[in-house]
Amino acid sequence: MLLALPIVIPLVTAGLCLLVGRRVRVQRALGVLGAGGLLVAAVTLFARVWREGVLVLYVGGWRAPFGITLVADVFAALLVLAAALMHLAVSVYSLADLDGRRQRYGYFAFLNVMLTGVCGAFLTGDLFNLYVWFEVMLIGSFVLLVLGGQRAQMEAGIKYVTLSLLSSALFLAGVGVIYGIAHTLNMAHLSQRLAVAATSHPGLVTAASLLLLLAFGIKAAVFPLHFWLPDSYHAPPPAVTAIFAALLTKTGVYAIVRVFSLVLPPSDYLFGLLAVIAGLTMLIGVLGAVAQSQFRRILNVHIISQIGYMVMGVALLGSPDAQTRQLAIAAAIFYIVHNMLVKSNLVLLSGTVRALAGTEQLSRLGGLLNRAPVVAVLFLLSALSLAGLPPSSGFWAKLGVIQAGFRAQAYLLTFTALFVGLLTLVSMLKIWSAVFWKPAPEPCSSDDALPAAAGTPPARRRALLLVPSVVLLVLSIGIGLYPPPMLATARRASRELLDRAAYVAAVGIHAEQVEEGPFRAEVHP
Amino acid sequence: MKSLVFQATTRAVTPLLLAFSLFMLLRGHNEPGGGFIGGLLAVAAFALYALAFDARRARALLGVSPQTLTATGLLLATGSGGAAWLAGQPFMAGLWLSAALPAELKLGTVLLFDVGVYLVVLGAAALVLLTLREG
Repeated sequence: MLLALPIVIPLVTAGLCLLVGRRVRVQRALGVLGAGGLLVAAVTLFARVWREGVLVLYVGGWRAPFGITLVADVFAALLVLAAALMHLAVSVYSLADLDGRRQRYGYFAFLNVMLTGVCGAFLTGDLFNLYVWFEVMLIGSFVLLVLGGQRAQMEAGIKYVTLSLLSSALFLAGVGVIYGIAHTLNMAHLSQRLAVAATSHPGLVTAASLLLLLAFGIKAAVFPLHFWLPDSYHAPPPAVTAIFAALLTKTGVYAIVRVFSLVLPPSDYLFGLLAVIAGLTMLIGVLGAVAQSQFRRILNVHIISQIGYMVMGVALLGSPDAQTRQLAIAAAIFYIVHNMLVKSNLVLLSGTVRALAGTEQLSRLGGLLNRAPVVAVLFLLSALSLAGLPPSSGFWAKLGVIQAGFRAQAYLLTFTALFVGLLTLVSMLKIWSAVFWKPAPEPCSSDDALPAAAGTPPARRRALLLVPSVVLLVLSIGIGLYPPPMLATARRASRELLDRAAYVAAVGIHAEQVEEGPFRAEVHP
Repeated sequence: MKSLVFQATTRAVTPLLLAFSLFMLLRGHNEPGGGFIGGLLAVAAFALYALAFDARRARALLGVSPQTLTATGLLLATGSGGAAWLAGQPFMAGLWLSAALPAELKLGTVLLFDVGVYLVVLGAAALVLLTLREG
């Protein structure tokens, strides 16, 4: 029962939010309550997985590999927990950041639809079901992106929808090919059967793997499939950008980690490709970020660069040494969680600055160190965490990735990662000096945005804007100052991910099914 | 579009389509059909009506707002899955009523799920149609 709750709670919340119609107060209460409920369920689920090991639920009572199986290992449970936390933080923040019209027309309902999809994607143990959850997530995010109906949002929406549909089509094609090879869609079952197929049909397996990589790559916004992200993330309000930054690309990364460590047979070709992608993603992302001149755009382009570090962890799976592989995946998992906390927090802070100063243009901002010292400190600490300076979660996340890189003797990739860390600091300093450090520019008469929004928001609104940021920052620094629990979690998650046999046994697939051979005559005449 | 022929035909066809959509909904568990197909047929009936007359009358035909329909369907479908918990079964397991019914009709939570899907499809598509027709 526990395993289905992270899917059921947001779904029911979404239904109730739609049902109450346009009563904004009720919707707001439901939104925050639902997010709180999801967090409680996620904590309970994580605690149980930690105590009892991999949890499996055969939905509808149909046993694997015939029905849909939900599987929660430490990795999945950890990400559900992080997603629930971000959901609550953003829901609270939205109360202050979002205008009443957006809230009235179903913001909370579709936020919860998106969360249903995200939690489902994390928990499913079935490849086709993963596709379905991706679609659910996309439906929610489409609406969130265009809700409000501004011109920029519509433009962003068209790009995002087109690219997402393309990605879905590629994913579906990949799933089709895999089903054609292995005649199953259960991930544990696939893990066994594709290992056999890799020797008899290496070409088909590689083709299917590449189709999946393309599909997940678009979702995760890795180079060269990243271009849609900066163009669509800046359009919606900051709260929406924050939840997108926390969940959408990370779900893509999750799919890459899951599929490449568990489902697909290891292939040096693919891991080499991933290493190139990871390096270029880091570099291009951070260079793009340095070139931007708007607060939130810098952060958005920078998301891409961070994805590179996570993909680097997966790419290091190509290392022949088992311990290095484990370290690499543990570092990637640590990085995902750290990034969800810190990156979205920075986006939330950019929203707070927008609420205070009425603009996001670096040239028009300034002097906020004196006007809003709390925001300035919050931003500085989060930015340093993102750049990987101690004492923060970012330091350990980067340290892990770089350690794994050196152990795997991937020197070029590792030096790229170090260099990109430096550029990250530069891009954050660019924001810092423009927004907080330099004196406020003279308000020009032609600018209508500045004087109108220059007033300080009321105390209650300010509290709602700041409390989520404070909580997220405390968590990030807490992980930084006392990393053992998080490190242990990441290590255990990575150990479980790389132990395919244990996962397969936990799902309840028996070994003898490999012997009979998955191939029918018409596949290979 | 004000066409007398179209309107008269619609008046005759709409109830037929709706009845057929219900038939598809009910036979769907073991044969082609089900909540999704049934819902689409109902949408077809509704779209025909909205084209022949206007959005206001189509809204009146629906009775409740499309959002309410969607929400009810969503909750019904989720609830039918959660009902299995009360019986100590895994999520989404089908519970069947043991009483024999005429005409091979089996009642259970699976049917409730299908009705939920029917309502979601009808509500969501009606919302799109009405928005386009009114805009």
